[in-house]
Amino acid sequence: MTDAVLEIRKLAVEFHSGGQWHAAVRGIDLSIAQNETLAVVGESGSGKSMTALSVMGLVPTPAGRIAPESSIKLHGRELVGLPEHELDRIRGNRVAMIFQEPMTALNPTMTVGAQVAESLRVHRGFNGAQASAEALKMLDLVKVPSAGKRMKDYPHQFSGGMRQRVMIAMALACHPKLLLADEPTTALDVTIQAQVLSLIEDLKTEYGLAVMFITHNLGVVALIADRVAVMYAGEIVEAALAPDLFARPRHPYTQALLASIPRVDRDLKMLEPIQGNVPTIGNLGAGCGFASRCTHAQVRCHRERPQLMPDGPARAVRCWLVGPPP
Amino acid sequence: MTAGLIRRFWVNPTSLTGALVVAAVVLAAILAPWISPFDPLEQDIAARLTGPSPAHFLGTDTFGRDVLSRLMHAARISLVIGVASIAIAMAMGSAIGIAAGYIGGKFDACVTGLLDVLLSFPTLLLGLMVVAMMGPSMDNLILAIALTELAPFARVARAPTIALKDREFVEAGRALGFSDMRLVVVHIVPNLLSEVVVVASLWLATAIRTESSLSFIGLGIKPPTPTWGGMIREGFENIMDAPWLAVAPSVAILVTVLGLSLMGDGLRDALDPKGQRD
Repeated sequence: MTDAVLEIRKLAVEFHSGGQWHAAVRGIDLSIAQNETLAVVGESGSGKSMTALSVMGLVPTPAGRIAPESSIKLHGRELVGLPEHELDRIRGNRVAMIFQEPMTALNPTMTVGAQVAESLRVHRGFNGAQASAEALKMLDLVKVPSAGKRMKDYPHQFSGGMRQRVMIAMALACHPKLLLADEPTTALDVTIQAQVLSLIEDLKTEYGLAVMFITHNLGVVALIADRVAVMYAGEIVEAALAPDLFARPRHPYTQALLASIPRVDRDLKMLEPIQGNVPTIGNLGAGCGFASRCTHAQVRCHRERPQLMPDGPARAVRCWLVGPPP
Repeated sequence: MTAGLIRRFWVNPTSLTGALVVAAVVLAAILAPWISPFDPLEQDIAARLTGPSPAHFLGTDTFGRDVLSRLMHAARISLVIGVASIAIAMAMGSAIGIAAGYIGGKFDACVTGLLDVLLSFPTLLLGLMVVAMMGPSMDNLILAIALTELAPFARVARAPTIALKDREFVEAGRALGFSDMRLVVVHIVPNLLSEVVVVASLWLATAIRTESSLSFIGLGIKPPTPTWGGMIREGFENIMDAPWLAVAPSVAILVTVLGLSLMGDGLRDALDPKGQRD
């Protein structure tokens, strides 16, 4: 893929603890093209948020680091190892991120208009009037009603959904090429969720964005994702086009995830929770990370770690049970 | 939010009393050159050590100077020294505290350790040392008092900085490519300002007390310029014959310090979201 906006190769993020480096993200490969939404799905602790923070160069130091052999390329430009002031020019300008908690992600002492205008002043060198004019345009674009009046309001005067719109306006003010959305709808009501999702979808088309959408909500994935990467214990265990993944999940973990979603048209008894928890980093054996919870696990699964193997043209699965194509 | 704050401040009888007292003192100090009945330095040897009378409302001192006039002019000095030293202490102390909290790690540990050393000295002793070293003058007095009150500001600014730097909106700012300087000045400082201002209003009283104490032991402003502390010391020599000389400035200090403390308490209550009674 040469037209990829974001291309991640062998990304590993490690954390220092007890005199040793432990990997929280273990060798991730993924890429996102323009106008494409990649959903990264996984439980808490699977390393999905850390993957996004790595792209932003925001892995918490000194406790954590991106392993030196990792590569994160934005439009072909290597981001790993860039000095902090170079990263500052990319963050908010070329790559933007929106967060889970719209209630606390806005500064309570600044008006909403000033917060949207701020990154324009920093990255574009706009003066006050230019920046607020552009901020007004952005707030209109994210469909904040009577934006002109609400520019001068403070975040506490906004509802959760409106704040998330403001966050999106802030993130997109400088027209970035890549948007990282870390569970942006998790804290919202279901009806508001749908509005925000369709807003992100509209803006993606309008700006030609590449979107990395991090979530644990498979319903959201089904709505917006073009491709899906399922993460488990710091690894991608299955990557596929979204419709394929839902129609024919291959990895036992993906199958288990799909079976654990409550559905209106099925009896609660058919719900199958996945037993156990994600193994902690530093507590991973030699074998497959999912082996201890997998109902199909064989002897080999506990001894050898499977590689991510291609399964058809647009799919890859990390499981011994899914044999390489003959 | 601001309107509610002002209302909470005004409906509270404590803070209202404090504010009125402070306003009266400030007004008397500002208007002293025009409303004081006599020149504070004018001597009238014929009328020395007279008690309170219609001509000299609070009597005269051993040089026959009008005590009320001296008291009003002394308020100017006390307030200027108090406000200036607190302003310096607030700016420098907050900067140190914010830097320590934001940078963290070994730097924080070193700074906190130094602040603890500073805090372990009694305020007066530390001020005494500085003035003794640099010589008594208005500038040195301001600097000395500022230095003694640096540590409380640093402490008060450091704690919320540690909490704020991990708040999501600061993280979000970082993700928008804002520099550390911008994050601190634009996003962290306005969020801890209210706490620092409350401390300033409470420590202003202490600053005025420290100035009076230093003047009392002769390390403040040189006579004949009137200061409250200096007036108490002069009055001490005649405490048996003319008690008003020491009592009048003492009451002035008491009232001012009380007013500032009440105002500071009221401000703290008004800013405390948990204390909202309405």
